[in-house]
Amino acid sequence: MLHLNKLTKQYATGDMALKSVELEIPKGQVVALIGPSGAGKSTLIRCINRLVEPTSGSVTLNGKELTKLGSSALRQARRRMGMIFQEYALVERLTVMENVLSGRLGYVGFWRSFLRKYPQSDVDEAFRLLERVGLDHMADKRADELSGGQRQRVGIARALIQDPELLLVDEPTASLDPKTSRQIMRLICELCAERDLAAIINIHDVALAQMFVQRVIGLRFGEIVYDGPPDQLKPETLTEIYGEEDWEATIETINEDDEAEQGGVA
Amino acid sequence: MSTSMTASRKWRKPPMIKNSLMRWVLIFGCLIYLALAFGSFDVKWARVYEGLDRGWQFILAFAKPDFLSRKSDIIDGMTESAIMTITSTACGILISIPIGLGAARNIAPLPVYLVCRGIIAISRALHEIIVAIILVAIFGFGPFAGFVTLSFATIGFLAKLLAEDIEDTDRSQAEAIKATGASWWQWVTYGIQPQVMPRLIGLSMYRLDINFRESAILGLVGAGGIGATLNTAFDRYEFDTASAIIIMIIVIVMLLEYLSGIIRARLQ
Repeated sequence: MLHLNKLTKQYATGDMALKSVELEIPKGQVVALIGPSGAGKSTLIRCINRLVEPTSGSVTLNGKELTKLGSSALRQARRRMGMIFQEYALVERLTVMENVLSGRLGYVGFWRSFLRKYPQSDVDEAFRLLERVGLDHMADKRADELSGGQRQRVGIARALIQDPELLLVDEPTASLDPKTSRQIMRLICELCAERDLAAIINIHDVALAQMFVQRVIGLRFGEIVYDGPPDQLKPETLTEIYGEEDWEATIETINEDDEAEQGGVA
Repeated sequence: MSTSMTASRKWRKPPMIKNSLMRWVLIFGCLIYLALAFGSFDVKWARVYEGLDRGWQFILAFAKPDFLSRKSDIIDGMTESAIMTITSTACGILISIPIGLGAARNIAPLPVYLVCRGIIAISRALHEIIVAIILVAIFGFGPFAGFVTLSFATIGFLAKLLAEDIEDTDRSQAEAIKATGASWWQWVTYGIQPQVMPRLIGLSMYRLDINFRESAILGLVGAGGIGATLNTAFDRYEFDTASAIIIMIIVIVMLLEYLSGIIRARLQ
């Protein structure tokens, strides 16, 4: 469904953030992208929706070449790619509801969005999503009144109301405590399963990634050095991705204690 | 503790200018220049002594403000000033917003940026008095020249500060809006506007009270308002009326200051 062909990004400073990356992601697959800071993880997902312009190569989503699109076609393509951010990136002075509805901006005209006169179907969907992420009672709170975990739930609802085919998720748990991190990862993965969405999740926490995803991709210096199932990650692989360290403790299987609190949404 | 083991090391804050010769040359250079500059004033203390008395007479004349004998002139002048202040602030804000957007490097393309920065630079380079003198020459005496002057000055002030605030906005919020497929205007109204709105309102209130103060000055060069009334009072040596006008200006400016303080506090 998503295909990256020889995707390369060189920044104006001369840094090669991505070196001819080849990647194919089928419909409904959730992929974790791991790698050290500066490996090009953020650049990779931003090159897909062209928040960062790739230098060369192509990105194809459902047969449509994204790298050649003009600005209005690009906006239409962006509607089908929901993005979730590390620091949530909610518009802090807007309400939770406005933040969720902002996911519909690509579908409604300027005046409708400016006057907050969204179609009733969008408002219904926004309430449904807020209920799904456990925040329907927070609709009129301002985004900056929410806790980290709550903000990220709003961020997830904003991405999903776009009716995306693909989620681009940039360090969703980096600012959250361990328990909330698991809940957020579980929520993202459940929602992807419910809607048969593909997702690329940038993540630092290797153990957390192993717990939830079907496929792990290791990026180092802008190149893919691992691509396989999470349980095949060996200490040697992590050494290749991150450098020398004792990896035994990191890749222990830790699933058992987690099952008990399944569905516990705080 | 370890202090007995190792000799304690001295530490001092590194000086701002590393080269010590350069540092002392600069310090003494500044002191010598200041001494010479003060020396060049050439104050005649005998003249100042005489002047003190005259100044005191002047202040005494102001101690008995007379609000009543020129009441209708004062009311006319104040009304004119109020109209001038409010219309010019509103007009200035409306023009400042697009120019401020254009002058923010993070959202405007380079050519637009340069044009808008140019407009701001011109508006800021010319002092209100100079603009008013030119505009009085064009439009004739009266408040219209004052209105145009203040609108023009508001642009330089508000557009510049608005542009700087836009440049300081959180990029990730705007990026998230862009990622939804929003158009440029939607991006501005959702990603940027909520972040700068409190400051825009605060600055507008601040500009309102600046414009009122300026409107009192502009009358001196013929651009209408309470300043014209004040000027007339001085010309007629009616210091008691002048005093009344000045007191009213001070009170109104303080009220506006207080009001804008309340509004800004409410916005946070």
